[in-house]
Amino acid sequence: MSVEDLTPVEQAITVKRNQIPVAYTLSGAIALVVFFTWAPWILPASWVTILMNFFILVIMATMWNLLAGYAGMVSIGQQGFIGLGAYATLYFAIKGMDPFVAIPLATVICAVIAFPVTYLLFRLRGGYFSVATWVVADSAMLIIGSIAFFGGGTGHYLPGLTNISYKTLNHDIYLAAWFVALFVVVATYILLRSRLGLVLSSVRDNEVASRSSGAKVTSTRRTIFIIAAAGCGAAGAVLAISQPFLQIGNEFNLQWAAEMLFASMIGGLGTIEGPILGCVIFFVLQQTLQNFGAWYLIIFGALAVGVAIWQPRGIWGFVRDTFHIEVLPVGFRVSGADVVDSPRDVPIAWRGLRRTKGTSPVDADAP
Amino acid sequence: MIWVNVIVSGVLLGGFYALFACGLSLMFGVMKIINLAHGDMAVVAGYTAVFLVPKFHLPEVWSFLIVVPVFALLGYVVQRTLFQKSIERDPFTTLLVTFGLSVVIENLLLEIYTANAQSINIGSLIAKSWQVNQTIYVSYLSLTVLIVSVVVLGALQLFLSRTSTGRQIRAVSDDREAAMLCGTNYRHIFGIASSLAFATVALAGIAYGMYSQLDPTAGGVNLLFAFETVVIGGIGSLWGTLVGGMLLGIAQQFGAHFNAQYQLLAGNILFLIVLAIRPQGLFGKKVAMS
Repeated sequence: MSVEDLTPVEQAITVKRNQIPVAYTLSGAIALVVFFTWAPWILPASWVTILMNFFILVIMATMWNLLAGYAGMVSIGQQGFIGLGAYATLYFAIKGMDPFVAIPLATVICAVIAFPVTYLLFRLRGGYFSVATWVVADSAMLIIGSIAFFGGGTGHYLPGLTNISYKTLNHDIYLAAWFVALFVVVATYILLRSRLGLVLSSVRDNEVASRSSGAKVTSTRRTIFIIAAAGCGAAGAVLAISQPFLQIGNEFNLQWAAEMLFASMIGGLGTIEGPILGCVIFFVLQQTLQNFGAWYLIIFGALAVGVAIWQPRGIWGFVRDTFHIEVLPVGFRVSGADVVDSPRDVPIAWRGLRRTKGTSPVDADAP
Repeated sequence: MIWVNVIVSGVLLGGFYALFACGLSLMFGVMKIINLAHGDMAVVAGYTAVFLVPKFHLPEVWSFLIVVPVFALLGYVVQRTLFQKSIERDPFTTLLVTFGLSVVIENLLLEIYTANAQSINIGSLIAKSWQVNQTIYVSYLSLTVLIVSVVVLGALQLFLSRTSTGRQIRAVSDDREAAMLCGTNYRHIFGIASSLAFATVALAGIAYGMYSQLDPTAGGVNLLFAFETVVIGGIGSLWGTLVGGMLLGIAQQFGAHFNAQYQLLAGNILFLIVLAIRPQGLFGKKVAMS
């Protein structure tokens, strides 16, 4: 083998991010934004409520995907931050603030609480980390439940919403959920295309190698955990306004963790589109089976178990790898005359490029 | 005197927690699986004792004679099918699978048996107790559970250290490849370890159904207790589990002494303190850290 064979054949390779021209994706995105912003005026009220709950779940699933799909942290304690976000909103509302103004404040508070918590949780790895996040969420619930100011175990009504008409209120809450969801998805997309996203995919593919190349693994994980906590706090704040009677059993319900986990799992971990697709499937199931009690959750859970075992890339991962489409690409693709799909055949100079196969962490070749 | 009471009831409660936790500890020690459906399995065992055992015209007190062997078998089957499949992927998958299983079990119980609380009828035994002095009572049931728990832990310890299968379990747990080279069928050994774990969790579930009330969502909180017990005691140490259970029990009783609301919080706080100071647990090696 001569030296020429080892040199990357530059003229034959093109590296690009987008398969679909940016103009198409962008105009599609603008159309969606216009449609969903307009939705409360053109859709029936029951649809608006369903869409609102859908967007709340999209926020949660996107955050969970960031945690587990990109940073490898399986948290089953995110309901803790949902509850804290909800109760922070309640606190400001009782103090006389407009609950909608309290949403960003609740978000910041969750981020601030998450920071010291990481120092405790990051002492454990894998499954122990997971259950420890649950213990933290449980403790947060017990502490909030023992404070009489928040109504203790019986719950508390969220004040500050009574002087708005029901219809306007419904629109406002919908718009809050929609804009927070939009913000969260766009911010996640930008984040994953940044340097931080590159560090995350390198850690996911090989932690030891990326540590030795100087990636600050722990602090990256910490940043992601705090962002996910803030996002879940925002979801909790919107949830509190939408309910608007707060009870610790509802706000800190483990079911939130289950729903966000199942939605991102089924849709496809490690992709932006996957969790959103998972949320769509969840709401279709829930609406179809709404007269059959908890069966939608049983089917959804069983589906998630099946996906985890047989199709760990999820539905979107399967679609992406089979048909080679990405609507919101975060990596790059190498294409050209002799380029092979396997990541091992990509020259070292392209390190950090997105793997075209086995992108999901559940599919990584780690031992 | 009141503190003696707190400690006595904490120790008794700890026996139950240790019984609950040893299956979790065993499954993690051998298969490296954190079974998030552990608590729900116990609840299923309790429901089996309440709803299915009476069909065999057996008093509910003796339900463990049927439920424990059935669960041992179930443990083997679940391990060889579902869990083995997910282990072959990676630890990440086992977490998702067991969590999914946990949610499915909880909601199935809710759909089939409603949210009503159930308990295992043990007749007058529930009320009988041994009065040590004017303030301290020791319920026969709690004492029995503590004794059962010590016997189970002792038997497990003996089984693991003295029998050929026990040695194979330890070998597979230490170094799977080397054990396989020596001719051990690790999948079968995993199945046996899992059936032991399921048998103990069935016992714990029945004990729980006798003590208190079973409801479909009881699994989650019991998983937390079992998990806290394992971490406080130290990962991979069976006797550590007993001590961990007792410390957790004492902490909870101590909290409950001030305010019933603080019972669970005190347990969680002890857990978080241990996590902050000695994450490998009181008797553990540094496993969870790596």
